[in-house]
Amino acid sequence: MPVLEDQATTTGDDMTQHHDEQARQAYRRAYQAAEKAGRLRDVPFETMSGVPVESVYGEPPYPGQYPYTRGVYPTMYRSRLWTMRMFAGFGTAEDTNTRFKEILRNGGTGLSTAFDMPTLMGRDSDSQWALGEVGRAGVAVDTLADMEDLFADIDLSGVSTSMTINGPAAIVLAMYIAVAEKGGVARADLAGTIQNDIFKEYQAQKEYIYPPRPSVRIVTDMIRYTSAEMPRWHPISISGYHIREAGSTAAQELAFTLANGFAYVEAAIAAGIDVDEFAGRLSFFFNSHSDFFEEIGKFRAARRIWARWMKERYGAADERSMLCRFHTQTAGVSLTAQQPENNIARVAIQALAGALGGTQSLHTDSYDEALALPTEKAARIALRTQQIVAHETGVANVADPLGGAPFVEWMTDEMERQAEAVFAHLDELGNGSILEGVYAGIENGYFVGEIADAAYRFEREVNEGRRMIVGVNAFTDGNEEGGADILRIGNEVEDLQRKRLAGVKHQRDSEVVARALAAVTEAASSSDTNLMPPILDAVKTYATLEEVVMAMEKVFGTYVEKAII
Amino acid sequence: MARVHKPVDEHYSEAAAGSRLALGRLLTLVERGGPEADQLSELAHQDTGRAHVVGITGAPGAGKSTLTGQLVHRYVDAGRRPAVLAVDPSSPLTGGAILGDRIRMYDVSEVETGQGAPAPDDMSADRRPFIRSMATRGHSGGLALAVPLAVRLFDAVGYDPVIIETVGVGQVEVDVVGAADTAVVVATPGMGDAVQANKAGLLEVADIFVVNKADRPGANDVRRDLELMLDLSHMTGLDTMERGDADYRPPIVMSSALDGTGAENVIAAIDDHLVYLGQSDRLRRRREHRVRTEVRARLKQALDRRVDDLLATDEGRAMVAKAEQADLSPTEVATALLDILFE
Amino acid sequence: MSESDAPIRVVLAKLGLDGHDRGLKIVARILRDAGMEVIYLGLRQTTDSIVAAAEQEDADAVGLSMHNAGHMTLAPAMVGALRAAKLTCPVIVGGIVPDDDVEALLDAGVAAVLGPGASASEVAQVVRDAVAAAEASDDATVGGSKVET
Repeated sequence: MPVLEDQATTTGDDMTQHHDEQARQAYRRAYQAAEKAGRLRDVPFETMSGVPVESVYGEPPYPGQYPYTRGVYPTMYRSRLWTMRMFAGFGTAEDTNTRFKEILRNGGTGLSTAFDMPTLMGRDSDSQWALGEVGRAGVAVDTLADMEDLFADIDLSGVSTSMTINGPAAIVLAMYIAVAEKGGVARADLAGTIQNDIFKEYQAQKEYIYPPRPSVRIVTDMIRYTSAEMPRWHPISISGYHIREAGSTAAQELAFTLANGFAYVEAAIAAGIDVDEFAGRLSFFFNSHSDFFEEIGKFRAARRIWARWMKERYGAADERSMLCRFHTQTAGVSLTAQQPENNIARVAIQALAGALGGTQSLHTDSYDEALALPTEKAARIALRTQQIVAHETGVANVADPLGGAPFVEWMTDEMERQAEAVFAHLDELGNGSILEGVYAGIENGYFVGEIADAAYRFEREVNEGRRMIVGVNAFTDGNEEGGADILRIGNEVEDLQRKRLAGVKHQRDSEVVARALAAVTEAASSSDTNLMPPILDAVKTYATLEEVVMAMEKVFGTYVEKAII
Repeated sequence: MARVHKPVDEHYSEAAAGSRLALGRLLTLVERGGPEADQLSELAHQDTGRAHVVGITGAPGAGKSTLTGQLVHRYVDAGRRPAVLAVDPSSPLTGGAILGDRIRMYDVSEVETGQGAPAPDDMSADRRPFIRSMATRGHSGGLALAVPLAVRLFDAVGYDPVIIETVGVGQVEVDVVGAADTAVVVATPGMGDAVQANKAGLLEVADIFVVNKADRPGANDVRRDLELMLDLSHMTGLDTMERGDADYRPPIVMSSALDGTGAENVIAAIDDHLVYLGQSDRLRRRREHRVRTEVRARLKQALDRRVDDLLATDEGRAMVAKAEQADLSPTEVATALLDILFE
Repeated sequence: MSESDAPIRVVLAKLGLDGHDRGLKIVARILRDAGMEVIYLGLRQTTDSIVAAAEQEDADAVGLSMHNAGHMTLAPAMVGALRAAKLTCPVIVGGIVPDDDVEALLDAGVAAVLGPGASASEVAQVVRDAVAAAEASDDATVGGSKVET
């Protein structure tokens, strides 16, 4: 299929026309190279009725061209559909291992791990805090033994693993490395992502352990370690998803997320790491909510802003450092407990916005998530929803199909304008440093306050009926029907996990453990020492997650947030 | 409140014997005012005078709660039994309030697992701090009555020191802090606090200044501003005479509440100030000042009530109507009503 | 001052590790705007820390927000801990609670369960009703010999 050949030439002076022509030719070359290399999917790029369509329409810059507003790759979904990544995990490590092997048997290559709440907070299953939460919303990992079970009989050199954990991320990554090395796989061959985005924890998700500065030191230690030793590993997934779920607006989600990204970049540069050495391995994670065009504008603006700032402010030279590649999840907070089946429609629209916004991967929520953990049927419908978007609607044939539409371009500009206002505020707050601005905004309650205000405003609008939510404050016929089937997890997992942990603690050499933990504490108190090697040594002795957390807490202290309501 | 079934004196004896439940309920009566509070005032009066009363104030965001929390920890570690009264404003529109200070002050788990927890049968060994949040509840002057009574109650049942923490904005709050034995004013860089403190009248009542977040740029500027203002106010004398220390110059303590540096220095300054008060009869005069302040507040409230009552009578309404219809000036009407009031 | 003039005092907290505090913050504002005094404890509270606050603050009610599956363990534990400390204040649970669990929670002594989507006026009314019911029951236990204040 010819690309960009028969389109009308643009108006403007000769110079502009010349540039546009160059951009067109560059795009054409890039597309044809992909075609020649056999990197296009083997499907007809035509409408349902058989009308052939081009890979992109409209004005330059085109997808794959700076500032990447229209997409990070020239061919976008013609080469590869977005990854349909479904986040899963509950019960014991063995349960999740069975699920992983099923995914691999079915041709999947990406494993996505959800941890239970105690693990996310760096607590062991036998902690008082863990009561009632072990294995409920994800898998429980207390020691290396659990990680060994989780990935038993899986060749870790052949998979890409995504781990959604932040506060104790360094410890969990160390456990993953230890499992791989025990199985004969070098850490350099490991591929995957660990969320490890601590800033948004203070701002929204609240799964922090230490105060911000020591937490960021752990993050930069991990960036340095993975840059040197794990070239295929993504050390942070900078996440706006949770900021939005906590009640922010779309523009706040965009602004706070990218500001956090800039802050990590500044922290890593300050730690002496070259920007092009790590920036290409940063990735993002956004929310897709129900206001269709606002979401699409947000995604497009994110790419443009990131590219500009990385190039102009942080001096990135490598194109990969400028690409805002992101995962998208539909908005859990938009799901209603009333008439839960309506959520299937919401998820479909949000998934479509993600695809039209050019996401690299997508998780679609299950319709029953406002009630409990998803049932298998609900999870399947969620996956089918994005398969319908990918294979039936034709949106994957054309990159950035809405680009050039006046409203979409305006919305993109508007999102960017609002985000830039936030960056200016943070820059001022930090005396010319976004990193310091983010620290200050965490400490003075700026982020939390802005999000709480937005959440309350929305809630009031719904309450006053100025904003309609189907089934909640409008069209409520049918709310009385019986609820959907829901998934329940019993207390057996908790009991089992506690016994298993007791067994591991009984078998290990407690003196060796104590020595390894002391080394972690010592490394924590010396800011020049990278924490990853001693943590890796400690987890190999079967020190528990909480023990390693506490070994650092001795030096770092804990964080209690101010009540900003 | 329906659940306050017992007579006040029974609650009071229980609280004096260490019941935190009873003390919590008594404080509710204090906040509410009325005859039960008056009765409690008489009961508690006999047992007061032992606690060191410390007022802590400063603009929102100055780090008062965190600093208070650190002081509380150190007092507990030193074997004392501190109480905190954390005062926050009520919403003028709805009368409601969100009181969120206590979460940064003390985590109960620390003491439940530590040495502060009492043996079940030995309440007198209970060294857990008692933290009570209080909303200002409008402008009726209730705060000016509730705070001193709550302080006397804490003192009477054995808490020492008693810390009052308020946002130093309203006159009543400034009075309340100024009536403490030791008034601490917290300032922080970048908020123009020195100027604010001056405007709010905090400069006159401060016995100690704490420059919080002293690790931040600008902390020394705040210090300099404070020194300058002290120099000026010293020359003018102001109203420090009444509180008994015209020749006193408050120290300025640099502190970083976040990592706990400086809290020791703040405590030392507070202790020093108590020693200073103990010399000659300053403490006595300070406490006489506190009593005068409370008496004045009670008198004002009683008068307010009588004014309200008078205005609700036929006679009062008729008089006001004369002003409304412009037959008499408001001044004339007020003078005439005053005569009726004191007949 | 009459009894009805004094604002209702509510302790609001999240029990356990779950960090979803959006709902709790919205409820805090709703109750403040309904004229109540909210003692906001926020995240990561234990039954002990909530009992301590309810005791010192003489709370009229305790509100818990739950967005994880722990409500069947944690909410009854909260009621038990309050009663053990001789506190009679009602416990109100908000958040994601499946219909089937509501009855069990009420049986375990929880005064009311507020689902997602409850309106502001419903939230405030449920708290008022629960406080009124608890006071009525306190009165009944002393044979109606209520002290007039």
